[in-house]
Amino acid sequence: MSTTFTPSAPVRNADVAGGLARRRKIADAAVRWFCIGATILALVFLASIIVTLLWRGLEAMDLTIFTDEFRPTTYGDPSAQKGGLLHAITGSLMMVSLATLIGTPIGLLVGTYLSEYARGSALGNAVRFVSDVLLSAPSILIGLFIYQLVVLPMGGFSGIAGVLSLAIIVIPVVVRTTEDMLSLIPNTLREAVVGLGAPKWKMIILVCYKAAIAGIVTGVLLAIARIAGETAPLLLTSFGNNVVSGAMTRAMASLPVTIYQQANSGYPDLIAIAWSGALIVTLGVLLINIAARALLRNRG
Amino acid sequence: MGTTAPAAASVRGSSGRVGDVIFEWMCRGAGILVLLLLGGIIITLFVGGLPALRQFGISFIWSTEWDPVEGREEFGGGIAILGTIVASLLAIIMAVPLAFGVAFFLTELAPGWLKRPVGTAIELLAAIPSIIYGMWGLFVIVPIIQGYIQLGWIGEALAEIPGIGFLFASNSFTGTSLFAAALVLAIMILPFIAATMRDVFDQVPAVFKESAYGLGATRWEVVRNVVLPYTRTSVVGGIMLGLGRALGETMAVTFVIGNANRIAVSIFDPTTTIASVVAMEFPESLTGSLQQSSLLLLGFLLFVISFVVLAISRYLLRSKLKS
Repeated sequence: MSTTFTPSAPVRNADVAGGLARRRKIADAAVRWFCIGATILALVFLASIIVTLLWRGLEAMDLTIFTDEFRPTTYGDPSAQKGGLLHAITGSLMMVSLATLIGTPIGLLVGTYLSEYARGSALGNAVRFVSDVLLSAPSILIGLFIYQLVVLPMGGFSGIAGVLSLAIIVIPVVVRTTEDMLSLIPNTLREAVVGLGAPKWKMIILVCYKAAIAGIVTGVLLAIARIAGETAPLLLTSFGNNVVSGAMTRAMASLPVTIYQQANSGYPDLIAIAWSGALIVTLGVLLINIAARALLRNRG
Repeated sequence: MGTTAPAAASVRGSSGRVGDVIFEWMCRGAGILVLLLLGGIIITLFVGGLPALRQFGISFIWSTEWDPVEGREEFGGGIAILGTIVASLLAIIMAVPLAFGVAFFLTELAPGWLKRPVGTAIELLAAIPSIIYGMWGLFVIVPIIQGYIQLGWIGEALAEIPGIGFLFASNSFTGTSLFAAALVLAIMILPFIAATMRDVFDQVPAVFKESAYGLGATRWEVVRNVVLPYTRTSVVGGIMLGLGRALGETMAVTFVIGNANRIAVSIFDPTTTIASVVAMEFPESLTGSLQQSSLLLLGFLLFVISFVVLAISRYLLRSKLKS
């Protein structure tokens, strides 16, 4: 700003200062309104997705969605019976629960390794880095990997291949939360347990896991929510099936893949059923997410 | 007493030691398994893509041929690779200002009672499965683009701009386009970038901000001159994380990009990405065919690109991860 104060200057300086203050205030207000607008826009996207799902999804939503398996289109044939999604729901439930059962213990052990055994070690840093990369890696590539490793040798798409590809997605999610939660436990607690003469593995299992259980469960819930909506890897591993089936060595239906196939079928009635499936998946995923957050908040 | 106590202690001590060794190796083994998984993914994709690489050589990366008809099979990844990179970069350009706005709102502007519900809503946006984004994009965003942007006055005005008008003029009027894919991707990665930005903005020591406010700075000046310089590397890391997500996104893009093997000259042209061409063609390709091998080679290239981006992101975010 000006460094000299001549008699006539104060008037001009006041003008300049007033102009500058106004410009600063305008810039501040512009940014503020932009940020408020951006937040509202993001909330509008969320609201639009939910409203669209409810509006389109409730159209075909009835009991037969949950009690019937796939039926061909009723388009142009009013006497035909409407199909449902039972085959996809049972397939998804089976594959998601098995994948969680396989992926959770592995993720738990890796998280324990990173937090309790490998703080600062080279191998630990490598595992942490790779796990973080896997967390964000394109899921379709995991599908390609399992296709080469399981589907090709088995000679066809199978439920077990789908389970394995989902389990690989579960691992890094559980690793992240387990390590984070275990590293929150104060060292004095560990020292107290070891001071009583307990071996390290008992300290970890009986004390550390117990102290971190809410966080670990949150991680598992988030992992379930993540794989419940995964489509791309299943498209290349379990593919799809039109009947309720428990045969893990054969192609198996899942909600996301069924939604994808029916949404692209071109028949309005099948597209309506796809929207019902989309509503079921999204509500399930959002509820699990909210439950996971509530669980963590009540602990903290 | 004097003789039994040491014996008991040594028995307990040895069982503890054995248990310790077993448990430690279970943990380490699981860690090594994670390393093997990543190595396995790289190797299987590369081995699967080898026949295509042998056939077409390094020019596979820029060749634009994609002809699966038997007898004259010819494959090149140029269009899919270009489409992946351009769609992701466009998405980043749209998502970053919005994500900054959301993060700034959540850290500085929002009243206390509003922070948690809005923050949760943004996080839920990140939880919605990508196939839902695809369907919503196809049924809501694509008609809006088609009717109000491309064929509305905005698109017509943009197409009239001399010099760069061709970027907005297209002879495809379906609405499924590069722009639709970039827009849906931007909405999908917005919550990831916003969450990272919010977390690092929160880590700026309050003293720094208070000093600036004490000098009479406005909120925008505090963010521009104190918060952003302090968090710059982490902010870029968050953007790279979003980019990494966008590069490999499959289902949402498959629904809205039009899946045409042509270079998108205009943003309203349909094109394709690596992930969507794999999702579209892999389940129907013949086992062991040149087409399948080409798709695996594309997958390998996608893995290399996203690995590099995610590695940079993690490097930039390491200071944030430490604290």
